[in-house]
Amino acid sequence: MKLSGAKIICESLIKEGTDVMFGIPGGVLLPFYDTLPEYPQIHHILCRHEQGAAHAAEGFARATGRVGVCMATSGPGATNLVTGIASAYLDSTPMVAITGQVARPFIGKDAFQEIDITGITLPITKHNYQVMAAADLAATVKEAFHIASTGRHGPVLIDVPSDVLIEEAEFRYPDKVSLQGYKPTVRGHPAQIKKAAKVISEAQRPLIIAGRGVLISNGTSELKELAEKCQIPVVNTLLGLGSFPGTHPLCLGMLGMHGDAHCNYAVNAADLLIAIGMRFDDRATAKVSGFAPTACVIHIDIDPAEIGKNVKVDVPIVGEVRNVLKALNAEVEQKTHGDWLRQIDAWQRECPPQKIRRTTSLLPQYVIRQIYDVTRGESIVVTGVGQNQMWAALYYKYDRPNTFISSGGLGPMGFELPAAMGAKVGCPDETVWCIAGDGGFQMTIQELATIVQEKLAVKIAVLNNGYLGMVRQWQQLFFGRRYVATPLSGPDFVKVAEAYGIAGERVTDKALATAAIENAMAHDGPYLIDFQVEPEENVLPMVSKGATLCDMILDKPKEEAVAR
Amino acid sequence: MAKHTIVTLVEDKPGVLNRVSSLFRRRGFNIESIAVGHAEIPGVSRMTIVVDGSAVSVEQVRKQLDKLVNVIRITDITDSSLVARELALIKVRSTPGTRGEIIEIVDIYRAKIVDVSMDSIVVEVTGDEDKIESLMRLLKGYGIREVARTGRIAMQRGIAAPSVSEQKAHTRPARAKKAAEPEA
Repeated sequence: MKLSGAKIICESLIKEGTDVMFGIPGGVLLPFYDTLPEYPQIHHILCRHEQGAAHAAEGFARATGRVGVCMATSGPGATNLVTGIASAYLDSTPMVAITGQVARPFIGKDAFQEIDITGITLPITKHNYQVMAAADLAATVKEAFHIASTGRHGPVLIDVPSDVLIEEAEFRYPDKVSLQGYKPTVRGHPAQIKKAAKVISEAQRPLIIAGRGVLISNGTSELKELAEKCQIPVVNTLLGLGSFPGTHPLCLGMLGMHGDAHCNYAVNAADLLIAIGMRFDDRATAKVSGFAPTACVIHIDIDPAEIGKNVKVDVPIVGEVRNVLKALNAEVEQKTHGDWLRQIDAWQRECPPQKIRRTTSLLPQYVIRQIYDVTRGESIVVTGVGQNQMWAALYYKYDRPNTFISSGGLGPMGFELPAAMGAKVGCPDETVWCIAGDGGFQMTIQELATIVQEKLAVKIAVLNNGYLGMVRQWQQLFFGRRYVATPLSGPDFVKVAEAYGIAGERVTDKALATAAIENAMAHDGPYLIDFQVEPEENVLPMVSKGATLCDMILDKPKEEAVAR
Repeated sequence: MAKHTIVTLVEDKPGVLNRVSSLFRRRGFNIESIAVGHAEIPGVSRMTIVVDGSAVSVEQVRKQLDKLVNVIRITDITDSSLVARELALIKVRSTPGTRGEIIEIVDIYRAKIVDVSMDSIVVEVTGDEDKIESLMRLLKGYGIREVARTGRIAMQRGIAAPSVSEQKAHTRPARAKKAAEPEA
C-alpha cells in the first residue's frame, strides 16, 4: 500500500501507541496537518509555544512512563523545542520530537525558516535523524521510539523535509529494529550482583540512594523489598522522589544541596552507599572530593558511562534497575541495623526536617504543606525551577511513583505549567497541581490558553514572592544581599487567569490558604491561586557553594551579619 | 596524560563523523589526529583516533562514544601490541644544487619521490609519527612548502580484532596505560 510520508508518520505513530501529541503547525508541516484529521486516534494538542509543547511531552512521559511526542515546524519552531529536548535529555525522559524541514532541494541554501536542527540537537538528543526519503520514515519512527524508551531513556528527534511528507512510499511497519551499534545491557552481571550482596551483608551503616532510574525501570517494589529485607534506610535524589514511599519509616527524605540535614549526615557517615539509578549530580553530592568519605559504593545504573564518571565506584553493576534489584534481592539476607537507624533518628531529632517557622505571615512551605494535607498526598505535583521546586520536594511526601514531576538536570524555568498540562493529559483521573514561582510562571504563562482549550483541570499554585527567589537567596547569602535584577513585578495573576477563562483567587492571609486550596479542589476545571508569600523566605537547609554535604546552613541567617 | 589510540567502527552514514568529533569537543578532549576510511565490512567505516588524556578520562570518552547509536564498536588499543602508520606528503623547495642531497635523505628514510618540478619535490613517506617528524626536521633546511598528513591508522597484531573483541567491555576498569610504541 503506497502512502504519503505524512500518512506514514501517522500510521507509524499509531503503531507505537501514540494517541496524543503536542505541537504547533507551520508552513513545511502543512502536508502533515492536512492528513491528521484522517487519523482521529491521534489527538493533537495545539500549544502556544513550542517550548510548551516539548515540556508538555515531558510531563506526559514522566506521568505515564510512555513516550511523549511533540512536533514543531522548521526553523524557529524547531529551535523553540530545544529547551524541552535538552531537559528530557538530562532527565532521561522518553520523547520523540518531530520537526518539519524545508524541502530537500532547499536544504543547505539558507531557505526561509531553514535551520540545521539535527546539528543543533546533536549533543542534547540520544539520537536524531533527518529522513531524506519517505521510504525510510516507518523504520525511522520505529527506531526512534525504540531508542527513546529502552536503555537509558531519552529524546530522539526526527527531522522531515516537507517534500518527504508528500512523497509516496510503500508502507510496511517493521516488526523489529536492528541497530548494530545499540544494545543496552539489561541484566546485571551475576558476579557483580553476588559481590554487591556480600558487601551489603558486611555493612554496618548502609544507605540506599534511590534515583530516577528506579522509576524509569518500574523498580519501586523491588527497591522496597531490598530496603525492608535488609533494613536499609533510603534517601532520594530530587528526581528519585516517589521511587520509595515518602511516608515509609525507612524513607529519610532528599539528599543534596537542599536536602534534609539528617540525610546529608547519613550520606557522610555511611560505610556503604547503594546508589540506584542515579548519576551523582553535583547538586546531590555537593563537593565531590568530600562526598561520602567513609563509604564503599555500589552503583547500579543502566548507563555504563555513568559508572565512575563523578564518584569512584567499588562495585559497579550495569543493567536495568528492576532486573538488577530482583537478582540482588534473591542474593541478600535479612538484616537489621538498629544502631545505625537510631543514629539517623538522633540527627533527625537534632535538626527536624520540614519544620515551618511560627509566624503569622504566609509562608510558601506552609502552602505546600496545606496542599499536601488537602490532597492527602495523592496529587501529582509538577514544579517549576528554583525555590518553589525545592519546597515542593521537601514539604510534600510522595508515596507513589511518578507523582513528583520536575526538571532536575536542565532546570528550565517555565517547565511547570506545560509539564503539568502534559501530566494531566496523560493522567486525566489524577489531581494535578502545578507549583509555580511568579518568575517561571511568566515564562510559559500562555499555555493557560491551551489548558482552557483542552479543558484540563490543572490546579495552579503560584508562590508569588516578587523575586526570582532562588537567585535572590544566593544574592542574600553570597553577594552581600545586593538584589540585582531579581526583584520582579508581575501581572495580577488572578485577572490574567480570568482573562484566559480560568477561575482563581488571591491569598494573602495565612488563615485563608487552606480554604483556597479546598476551593481549587472543589472547582470543576482549572483553578489558579496567587499565594502572596513571604518575599524573602529561604530554602533551608542549604549546602554552601563549594562546600561538602555536611556543611549546611540550617537556620535563617542573621540578615545583619550578611548585609553589607 | 598519555597518547591513546582508539579504533572505532561506525556505520557509514552521513553525519557520523560529526557525531564522533562533536562528542570529543563536548567532553573537552583534543583530537590529535583522526583517520577515517572503509573497514572490511561493507557499510562500516573505521576511525583511528589519537587523543591525549588520562586513562580515566579516556575511558569516560570511550564509554560516551559507545553510547552513540551509529558507533558499532570501540576499542582503546593503546595497550596492545599494534602496528601504527601514518602517510605524509611533503613538498620541499629544491634547486638543481640541492636535489641530489634531498634524494639521498629520502632514500635513507625509504621514502619515495612522487613528483618533481623545476623548483620543488614532493616526497611520500610512510611510518610512525617519529619517523615522519624526523624526516621533516631534515628537510626543513631546504624549505618545506606544504605538508599533508593522514594521521595515524593502527591495527592490533595477531588475530585480536576490535570487530570481535571488546564487545561487552562496559564495566572493564580502566587500566594503567603505557605510551604506544609503534615500530618504525
